[in-house]
Amino acid sequence: MNPDRRQLLRWGAAAAAGAALAPGFRLIELAQARSPQEAASRLQRWGLLIDITKCGECDACVTACGEENGWTGHGRAETDPQWIRTVHLRDRRTGYAQTLPLMCQHCEHPPCVDVCPTGASFKRADGIVLVDKHTCIGCRYCVMACPYGARSFVHEAVSGQKPDVPRGKGTVESCTLCVHRVDRGETPACVEACNRDGGGAMAFGDLNDASSTIHRRLVNEPSSQIRADLALNTGVRYQGL
Amino acid sequence: MASLHYREIDGRSGAYAALLAALGALVLAGLAAAWTMEHQGHHITGMTNRIVWGLPHVFAVFLIVAASGALNVASIASVFGRELYKPLARLSGLLAVTLLAGGLAVLVLDLGRPERLIVAMTHYNFKSIFAWNIFLYTGFFALVAVYLWTMFERRMNRHSARLGLAAFVWRLVLTTGTGSIFGFLVAREAYDSALLAPLFIVMSFSFGLAIFVLVLMAACRWTGRPLGDAVLERLRKLLGVFAAAVLYFVAVYHLTSLYMTRQHEVERFFLWDGGIYTALFWLGQVLIGGIVPLALLFGTASRRALAAAALAVILGGIAQVYVLIIGGQAYPQLMFPGKDVSSSFFDGVVASYAPSLPEAALAVGGVALALVLTALALKVLPFLPRSLADGELAA
Repeated sequence: MNPDRRQLLRWGAAAAAGAALAPGFRLIELAQARSPQEAASRLQRWGLLIDITKCGECDACVTACGEENGWTGHGRAETDPQWIRTVHLRDRRTGYAQTLPLMCQHCEHPPCVDVCPTGASFKRADGIVLVDKHTCIGCRYCVMACPYGARSFVHEAVSGQKPDVPRGKGTVESCTLCVHRVDRGETPACVEACNRDGGGAMAFGDLNDASSTIHRRLVNEPSSQIRADLALNTGVRYQGL
Repeated sequence: MASLHYREIDGRSGAYAALLAALGALVLAGLAAAWTMEHQGHHITGMTNRIVWGLPHVFAVFLIVAASGALNVASIASVFGRELYKPLARLSGLLAVTLLAGGLAVLVLDLGRPERLIVAMTHYNFKSIFAWNIFLYTGFFALVAVYLWTMFERRMNRHSARLGLAAFVWRLVLTTGTGSIFGFLVAREAYDSALLAPLFIVMSFSFGLAIFVLVLMAACRWTGRPLGDAVLERLRKLLGVFAAAVLYFVAVYHLTSLYMTRQHEVERFFLWDGGIYTALFWLGQVLIGGIVPLALLFGTASRRALAAAALAVILGGIAQVYVLIIGGQAYPQLMFPGKDVSSSFFDGVVASYAPSLPEAALAVGGVALALVLTALALKVLPFLPRSLADGELAA
C-alpha cells in the first residue's frame, strides 16, 4: 500500500468516526436544551440577583416589562396593573436612601399558591410562579396573601395582548419571570434592559447550576431576601439591601 | 308544648306584597350592579390593587358569619335540650340557610369571573381555606336542610337531636373556616392570628342572634302572633352574654398584639390614628356594637330596648367586619422594617378606599336576598308557631 493510499484511508476512517460520533454529541447538546413540548424541570431553579447599589433613578426594567408583557395601563394608578415597580426606601433614623425594583419574588413556598382555591396560582417545577388564566376565578385571595404586593387584578378589558402573554379582565396576574423568553433560552426583559440601558444591577440565571454566574455570586457574595422571616426561600435575591 | 301548632303566614296583605316588592327591587338592583361590574370590570368600584376586597366582602362575610350564628337557637333546643327554644328552632334553621345564601350570592357575584363558578366546583387546591369553605358551605346547606326536615316531618322527629348536634359541630367548623381565611394570612400584620377563628365564632353567636331576634319580633308583630315575655327574656340575656363575649375577644386580640413590639404600629393605626378605621373601631364596633347593646340589654327590660340592642349589634358588627377587612388591607404591608417606603403602587402609605354605588348595591342586594327568601319561605311552609305566648310555652 503506497503512503498516499494509506493516508487516504486514515482520513477516511477519521471522517467516518466523526460522522458516526458527531450526532451523538449533538444529541447530548439537544438533550440538555428543553423542547417546547418538554415539561419544566426541577433540576433548574430560575432566579434573579439584584444589586441595588447599582440601581439608580431609571425605570428601564419597568418600561421593558410593560412593553414585553403588554400591561401598560389606562392612566388609573390605583387599578392599573404593575408587574414590576420601582420602590424608594429612606431609613427613618439616618435618612439613607435606596431604590430597588420589586416584583413577584418567585418563592419556593409561595403563599399565593397555598391560598388559591382552584390551583390557578401554581409554581412550575423550575420555580417560576404563574397564574393559569383559564382557571383563575378572580377571587383575589392570592393578592391578599402575597407578602410583596406583587400581584395585580385586571380591573378592565385588555386590548393589544402579546401572543406569548395571555391576560384577561377579572383575573389576577404578576411577573412571570418572562417565562416565554426563558423557555426560548433568553433572559427576562427587565434584566436585558437593565444591562443595556440601566445600571447593570440585575442578573438572571439558574440558582441550581453550580457553573452559572448567579450561583457563583450567591456562593461568594452577601445577599438577602425580602421578608426572609417568612422563610419562603425567594427566587429573587438582593444585594446592598 | 305537645300541642304546639305551626302555621304559614297568611301573606295576602298589601303590606306583605309591599315588603316583597321593596326587597325584590333591592335584589334586582344588586343583580344589575353585579352585571355592570362584570361587564365594565372592577375599575367602576372603589376597589383597587391595594383594597382588593371591598364592601361586598364586608357584607358577604357578615352574612355568612351571621348565618352560622342564626342556627344557635335551634342548637340550644336540640343539642342542649332547652324546651323553651324548641318552637323557635324552625325559624332558626331557615335564617341559617337564607343568610348563607345571601352572603354567598354576594361573594360569588363579586368574583372577577363569576361565570367560572363551575371551575371552583371542579378544580380544588386542598391547601386553600377557600376550597375547604366551598365544602363547608354546601355541606351546611345540606345538613340544615335535612335538620329542618327532621323538625317538620313527625316521623323523623326522633332524629332531630342527632342532626342538630351534627349541624352544631359543622357550624363551628364553618365559622372557624371563615375566620381562618384571615387568620392564616401571614403576609398582613392585621391578620395572621389564630385568635380570629374563635373571635369569628363569638361574632357569629352575637350577629346571628341579633338578626334572629329582629326577624322574630317583626314576623310575630306583622302577622299578629303573640310573643311572650319568657322567650324574649331568654333571648335578651343570651344576646347580652354574646355581645360581651365579642368585646372580650376583641380586647384579647388587641392586647396580645399590643404586647408585641413589632405590632405596635399596626395597633396604633387601628386604635389611635387610623382615621376612618379608628373612628369605626371605637364608635362603631366598640360603642354601638358593644357598649350600647350591653347598656340596653342589661339596663332596661323593654321590647323596644331589645330591638334597639339587636339593631346596634348588627350595625356594630358590620363596622367590625369593615375595620377588619378594609382596614386590614389599607394598612401598608411591612416589607422593609425601619424604612419609609414609597412607590407608584402605593407602597408604604395607607390605601384609600371609597365604596362606589355598584358595590354598595351588590352588598345590600345580598341582605335583601336573605330577607326575601325568609319572607317567602314563611309563607310557603309552617316555620312559625301560631303563638309564642307565655302560657302556651309553659304548658
